[in-house]
Amino acid sequence: MAAMAPALRVCRGILKELRASIGPTYNKSLAYNYVMDQFRKNKITGERYCRAQQEAHHDSNTYLCLLGSTRTHLALHKLYHAKGECSQESAAAMVGLRLPTQPGGKGWEK
Amino acid sequence: MFRRLVRLQGPLGNILSPDKVCPRNQQLRCAVNYSSALVEKRRFYKDVSISQSEGGLYEVNLDRRKLKTPGGKLFTAPNEAMAIAVATEWDAQKDTLKYYTMHLTTLCNTALDNPTHRTKEQMISAALKFLETDTVCYRVDEPHSLVELQKNEWDPVLHWIENRYNVTIGSSSNILGPEIPKETKDTFRQHLKSYNFWSMTGLEFVITQLKSVVLAIGVIDRHLSVEQAVLLSRLEEEYQIKYWGNVEWAHDYESYELRARTAAGALFVHLSSESSTVKRKLMQN
Repeated sequence: MAAMAPALRVCRGILKELRASIGPTYNKSLAYNYVMDQFRKNKITGERYCRAQQEAHHDSNTYLCLLGSTRTHLALHKLYHAKGECSQESAAAMVGLRLPTQPGGKGWEK
Repeated sequence: MFRRLVRLQGPLGNILSPDKVCPRNQQLRCAVNYSSALVEKRRFYKDVSISQSEGGLYEVNLDRRKLKTPGGKLFTAPNEAMAIAVATEWDAQKDTLKYYTMHLTTLCNTALDNPTHRTKEQMISAALKFLETDTVCYRVDEPHSLVELQKNEWDPVLHWIENRYNVTIGSSSNILGPEIPKETKDTFRQHLKSYNFWSMTGLEFVITQLKSVVLAIGVIDRHLSVEQAVLLSRLEEEYQIKYWGNVEWAHDYESYELRARTAAGALFVHLSSESSTVKRKLMQN
């Protein structure tokens, strides 16, 4: 069985992602109600083997991964790929270099 | 003679003049048409809601309009969870619609429209083709540390699937890959037939993302988490990153995209095969 974060942390993680994507009214959204409902229904029981709970746990983990990765991917996309090709200056700055300010470098006029 | 030359030149000149070959406005129009998929639409709705139709299927409503697929069909989801997940994707769009972040919507559209007109059998055959060139079956001979890493990370998954389905797959460092017995393929073909069309769409998507049937089945059977499967799928890249350093705009970008896509595919499979959503133990106090 895959190692996964405990259910409570997953639940909070999903709610945090929903808040980030939908905004302050997230606790009135469909997803909020559904997720809370599911987590309440599948609370930990005393039984040692509860198939449905593991299934729900894995699915909730997957959903958290989907929301989190989509958000991070979009942020990276906006940062690096959404503006088309960068200028020479910014491309050089990305790797910590600067373009020479004089055409032939230092001492060119002599 | 001269006149003929002039006459010849006339039409030729006309044809070759840049204005005729590539009129500026046409060029511009081409550019706009070409990039229409990349131009982002404005968010044209405020509220997103779901409703249940007569057949028991769920629909997604944007304000009062019903969501439709690109093929023009009415968008329907088989259960509430899927409809809510799709509605959340639409609700999460800020001022423009970014279709490339709406993986579950895309998968539902693919399953509904079936743009390539394929049957389930064709999809199963296509999926099993990946088994012949499965990522976890191809090993390297050198460097030694990578050989060790592949052995330590991939072998447990390979053993798990061999025991779980009672098949032989094996691994090889040969360019031709391991020889996969026919019985193995028959077993998997039989197993994949138990999935419905929607689940198969999702499963094939996961397989093509991870480039591996073994890892995809590992995720779907809940043996691996999505993060683990993506890490195993990109094992050699991760190894190179450790040596040469991580580049955020290439490595992280790809890795998060792969994670998002794999998670969407896995969730799609689980949500569209009912057993995982309907079965629930009642709590007894």
